[in-house]
Amino acid sequence: MALLWSRPRGPDPRVSITRSDDHCLRIVLTGAWHVADGVASLVPITQEFAHGNYVAGITVDAQVEGYDSALIAFLLKLHEICTLGDIPLRLEGLPEGAKRLYALATAVPEREGAARSGLGFAPLTVLGKTTLRFAKQGRDGLNFLGSVTVSVLRLMRGKAQFQQRDFLLFVEECGAQALPIITIVSLLVGLILAFIGAMQLKVFGAELYVANLVAVAMAREMAALMTAIVLAGRTGAAFAAQIGAMQGNEEVDALTTLGISPIDFLVLPRLLALVLMTPLLCLYANLMGLIGGYVVSVGILDITGTAYINQTMLAVKLGDFGVGLVKAFIFGIIIASSGCLQGLRAGRSAAAVGEATTNAVVSCILLIIIADGIFAVLLNLLKL
Amino acid sequence: MVFDSYVVQRDISMTVQQGEIFVIMGGSGCGKSTLLRHMIGLLTSQKGAIRYDGENLCAAVGNARNALTRRFGVLFQSGALWSSMTLSENVALPIRTYTSLTEPEIEELVALKLALVGLRGFEDYMPSEISGGMRKRAGLARAIALDPDILFFDEPSAGLDPISSKRLDDLILELRDSLGATVVIVTHELASIFAIADNAIFLDAETRTPIAHGAPKTLLETCPSPQVQAFLRRGDIGA
Repeated sequence: MALLWSRPRGPDPRVSITRSDDHCLRIVLTGAWHVADGVASLVPITQEFAHGNYVAGITVDAQVEGYDSALIAFLLKLHEICTLGDIPLRLEGLPEGAKRLYALATAVPEREGAARSGLGFAPLTVLGKTTLRFAKQGRDGLNFLGSVTVSVLRLMRGKAQFQQRDFLLFVEECGAQALPIITIVSLLVGLILAFIGAMQLKVFGAELYVANLVAVAMAREMAALMTAIVLAGRTGAAFAAQIGAMQGNEEVDALTTLGISPIDFLVLPRLLALVLMTPLLCLYANLMGLIGGYVVSVGILDITGTAYINQTMLAVKLGDFGVGLVKAFIFGIIIASSGCLQGLRAGRSAAAVGEATTNAVVSCILLIIIADGIFAVLLNLLKL
Repeated sequence: MVFDSYVVQRDISMTVQQGEIFVIMGGSGCGKSTLLRHMIGLLTSQKGAIRYDGENLCAAVGNARNALTRRFGVLFQSGALWSSMTLSENVALPIRTYTSLTEPEIEELVALKLALVGLRGFEDYMPSEISGGMRKRAGLARAIALDPDILFFDEPSAGLDPISSKRLDDLILELRDSLGATVVIVTHELASIFAIADNAIFLDAETRTPIAHGAPKTLLETCPSPQVQAFLRRGDIGA
């Protein structure tokens, strides 16, 4: 390919142009025309009428030795120029097969308005389009949030319709089945926290405070955050893929025409399941984190088990766990809604499902971190 | 009908009589399916109205809209069965949503609908476990679950072999006659157009507007438009 691009595009030896007295161009094509040799440039021909020279007609005399798409592509470009300038084009001596291909290529006129404009690369156009896309995404998000709220209200009045079995299935899928990975991740996070803390606290001879560090960090922050990130990758992506695939198969349309709200039927069970399971998983992650800290402290730091447990009990109040659980609750809402939203926004192709999944995970994690930042500021202000 | 700024079709005006089989035909990409999606309320046209017995679907909201769409049965291009449910659950969902029948009654109805489309015994299969033709028939069973007044078909014979497609056509005719439903079909399958259509509209891709309206056989004999003639004769205009 590199060779093809770097080929100098000067006048082609295979094209010779003569101008007759009656302002007609005669283009003689010779030699072999193969794609491997590149497509001949039209510049010499356009130059013929660049300086306001009148051209009454063009005759192509093809004396080619061999041809493939390269010849037809050249002729098609010539044809377009001639159509644009309203110049009669005559073809002579074309091989039979080439004649047919040319006829095929020019048979259907370009559909008016169907071609995408080629302005997409201008920086300002890109900026404008990106801004509009973001604005639309924001609007879609708000719309979706509104519909979900209405849907939840409908649920409270007992009017929303979804299958209870779906709900239970999702509870199992995003709750019970996530236990192994949550176990590993939070155990290790507790372990890591204990190690880092021990290194710093050793300087003051205050190794016992490792228990404080692990307990407070897990309860207020890490358990909820790690659970949310695991669930974003595991469940948020799954939601987007499931609903995106349904969108592609017109299953969502089938629901809408039945008068069943896709938000009720598809989003609500997922949202409820996740909002229920995230705090529970977070609580479990807390326990695992504390165990991780315990293992390091007792196994490596010469702290006795009882001392560690006592210190932990002194360090955290019930409120600290409450903070973590409230966070987990909000993260659950974020994961379920962005996953479902990206699924519902998906287009109707296989590529669109992949895109929806990526978008879901990216937006989940981004929103989780932003929400966590807001929490940090708020909790600080409220002195909680 | 407009996508972003691309006009798909304009100036469509047509009437579908009760009990007839109405075909929307035209070349690929001319907006047939889009027109159907407008008719069932999935898309909203930029201008104009779609009336069922005088009631405007575009203007209806809430319960009025549900009451209208409840009378529709739609068979989507790929069947659009809900992939997480078995066939019987697929057919049962509309019934459960709109009636207050007991579970055994629903079960009986579902068995009946599946029997009507020749899928007796496949109640507990998942949509992914059956063939494309069966999925379409199952989709049809779901579409007729609520005994609709109007049945919409989006390319029912696409992707089916000639025999299955003929069977589906017969089934559509049979259901129209027995249920007394009005049928609107999007298709470019010539054989089915001539076999079952009472009335038809031809959407032209180039001018982006309908250019012919009438019974296909009459159109074949009398329509002066070369596009319509080419379409109905598979391109052999001189034949």
